[in-house]
Amino acid sequence: MSMKSLSFPKIRLGDYGMAVALVALCALFSVLTLKRQSGEGPQAVSEMVDVVMHQIPSTLTIFIVGAANTGSAELAESVYSKVRANGLVNARMVVGSPRDLRLALDALATEGGQLGGVVTSGDAAKWLVLDQIGVNYPAFADSRIATPSERLWPDFLKASNLLAIVERIVVIAIIAIGMTLVIITAGIDLSVGSLIALSAVISASVVKLLGGPDASGWAVALGFFAGIVSCGLIGLMAGGIVSRFKVAAFIVTLGIMMMARGLAFMTTGGFSIDQVPDSFVWLAQGRLAGVPNTVILLVLIYGFAHVFMTHTRYGRYIYAVGGNAEAARLTGVPVRAVIAFVYAVSGLAAGLGGCLQASLVRAAAPNMANMYELYVIAAVVVGGTSLSGGSGRVLGTLIGAFIIAVIQNGMNLLGIQSYTQMFTLGGVIVLAVLLDKARQSGGIRQFLSGS
Amino acid sequence: MKNIVKSFPGVKALKGVSLVLREGEVLGLIGENGAGKSTLIKVLGGAHLPDSGEVSIEGRTVSLRSPAISQSERIAIIHQAISLAPNLTARENLYLGKEETRRGFLDHRGEETRARELFERLGMDIDLKARCRELTVAEQQTVEIARALASDARIIVMDEPTAALSQQEVDKLIAIIGDLRKQGIAIIYISHRLEEVLALADRITVLRDGETVAEESEMAGLSKDQLIEWMVGRPLNEEFPKRDSAIGPVRLKVEGLSRGQAVQDVSFELRAGEVLGIAGLVGSGRTETARLLFGADKADSGRVFLDGKAIEMGRPREAIERGICLLTEDRKDQGLILIHSARENFGLPNLKAFVRNFFVDQGQEQTAFEAYVGSLNIKVSGPSQRAGNLSGGNQQKVVLAKWLQRNADILIFDEPTRGIDVGAKYEIYLLINQLVAEGKSVLLISSELPEVIGMSDRIIVMRSGRIQGEVERGQSATQEQLLGMALDSEE
Repeated sequence: MSMKSLSFPKIRLGDYGMAVALVALCALFSVLTLKRQSGEGPQAVSEMVDVVMHQIPSTLTIFIVGAANTGSAELAESVYSKVRANGLVNARMVVGSPRDLRLALDALATEGGQLGGVVTSGDAAKWLVLDQIGVNYPAFADSRIATPSERLWPDFLKASNLLAIVERIVVIAIIAIGMTLVIITAGIDLSVGSLIALSAVISASVVKLLGGPDASGWAVALGFFAGIVSCGLIGLMAGGIVSRFKVAAFIVTLGIMMMARGLAFMTTGGFSIDQVPDSFVWLAQGRLAGVPNTVILLVLIYGFAHVFMTHTRYGRYIYAVGGNAEAARLTGVPVRAVIAFVYAVSGLAAGLGGCLQASLVRAAAPNMANMYELYVIAAVVVGGTSLSGGSGRVLGTLIGAFIIAVIQNGMNLLGIQSYTQMFTLGGVIVLAVLLDKARQSGGIRQFLSGS
Repeated sequence: MKNIVKSFPGVKALKGVSLVLREGEVLGLIGENGAGKSTLIKVLGGAHLPDSGEVSIEGRTVSLRSPAISQSERIAIIHQAISLAPNLTARENLYLGKEETRRGFLDHRGEETRARELFERLGMDIDLKARCRELTVAEQQTVEIARALASDARIIVMDEPTAALSQQEVDKLIAIIGDLRKQGIAIIYISHRLEEVLALADRITVLRDGETVAEESEMAGLSKDQLIEWMVGRPLNEEFPKRDSAIGPVRLKVEGLSRGQAVQDVSFELRAGEVLGIAGLVGSGRTETARLLFGADKADSGRVFLDGKAIEMGRPREAIERGICLLTEDRKDQGLILIHSARENFGLPNLKAFVRNFFVDQGQEQTAFEAYVGSLNIKVSGPSQRAGNLSGGNQQKVVLAKWLQRNADILIFDEPTRGIDVGAKYEIYLLINQLVAEGKSVLLISSELPEVIGMSDRIIVMRSGRIQGEVERGQSATQEQLLGMALDSEE
């Protein structure tokens, strides 16, 4: 083989077969949840502003209506502020329930005003009051009811749904990074589910001690820090036991799983803690520059972990230890330190996951995140990391986590029962692993022939 | 076996091989690594289904679709890597998968009686109650042979059975094979040790690149050189390349090194530009001594000096730091990470040197590896080829490359040519010569006496963990002389 033909390994599509599966799933659920949607977003806003400004005489009163806490309220607010800025004074905004609209109509009728039209969208457009304006208020019978033009769009691909998927999976996905590292060293960490609860109750307890609902942002930060660091230390201890005494990781982390769960209950006396300030939920529900924090966290941590695993010395050591610990040791790799390190990372990730989970639900309970370790392991394995160690990809794990989340979310949208969901998800995990094996052995046919 | 063809993705491993085996004969099957011997044997064992061609036994065409079918045709394969369950006893292994029962319960006593008969037939006294991992390699091999006999095999294939055996044990095995032949059992004997094949075989089949290149039934007058010529397809001039040694000052001095029973009070010196051979039987403490020097195990006592300065024998990492590197006896389990690429294996101990701004510069790693691919003549299909898919000789070269890049100047070769074919062996010898010519020091451990004699400037012989004797430079050592020292004279 000549030197020239040596080149960098190219990324083969097969390496990311799971990515293809994920895209296919998204496509499937998009098709299945395709529906006529009332318009929303900037386009709908400008369409409505146009209606209000140009198609309805500005001398008449115009109602801009939205249902509280829905997209239609957001739309109503944007349209209202735009038309006010354009100098229209006869517009009135009604955001609330059908009763609020009826009261507003009554008021206008009592005033003897003239209704030029109603601009509305989404849920509010379906209110019965609107249909019956001509019946109940004969004076307004000529008024026009305008809604943004409808469009065909899947429920699955709505921005709110995509964010829901991220929120559903962010905790599992972040912990799965640590688990990927552990599994690449041919280990396993069963303690992460309990560590979520422990981290959550530790951080919430610290916040409660430092003022509860009135605690400052610093107190919240300190609480999260305490939760993450304690779990990191517990992980380090687990890794130390595994590497120093060569005890099976399964047993060590099984023990720690029970100890951590016990500690979580002991910390709160069995109760959950919800005396937390608003800043506590900012971590998982807030936004930075318009982007949800959860998305930012996922991108940052996965980016960092990917570069760490593929482009640094320590990443290569982790793969080497999982590939053949004895050969790695005899090549000068600090095997024990590497093993302790990956369990510490797994603990830290579980700690962060606990803080996120508590922040998402605005409370910390010692019994939260039960069985999460199994979802985490499933995400890693579906992502193509082999339980026998030495191979696997962090980005594969991200894809694995999203496959699980997308399946759950898609089935929710289709109204499938939760029992059926659990059954299906389990089947998908087994199928995913089988497909991955088939890919490794060079094709379905070779795989089925068993050679 | 007739016109067997078997392809794997990208390779045609067998291009129509035919092979005839008669009752009560030993057929020597030889060929370089990659010639197709293993594939052919796997076809016979039912592990691979051939693309075309047929296998017939006693005139009857058989389809060996699975290992179970192959076994029921009374074919037994004894692989190079011992495949006994390490935690079961010899007896349990013997009857694994074909346990004998009486009224539904295991018939321990019956099994034991028959096991004893079998081992008696083989002339080996084996503790039937010992777990297999406690047995020596030779004993384990005997258990495998006994297992083949227990299943009433009429065709036994032995793949490199002597690779891990000492000379004494080899002699015993040869005697056993002679007995089996007398009992009418047909044996296919695969070995890189051509002397053994010449001594044992009634006929010889030579494979090269998936084809039969020679079939010889006239054994008398057949020479080793002729076999090598068939195997590599060209005449080979000399077995061990010559070199002019320029031996310098003492680099490594070992004093009173001990660890339990394995290594007792071992002292020696290794000079720059010198190849020091360590001869001895398997289990005489050669490998254990090497592991102590490298820090793979901890010594009970003893001191080691490097260039006159006492050094602590700590961990492999520290030994590597000092330029002392070990090419392990067992490349597959200890030398390489088989599921990783050749380049990654090469880079593993050298990553620090390739790091730029915290990131591993993979381009630089690649360039460095390519330089060794050229200078050591490593045959890889590409840098991402898995180390596990390389031939033995190329695996050894990858291990050597990783240490050379690390600036190793004291290299411990433990069985560097085990399981490596003739052509690649010669290349390894040339490399060793080149290393000492550059002033590096080489400690060469080998069970093959001709290799130790042919390659070493000086030889020490170990027995039962102690140095038994030393043959100085200038004295020409003979195999008998070394063997005499290696064997216990009181026996």
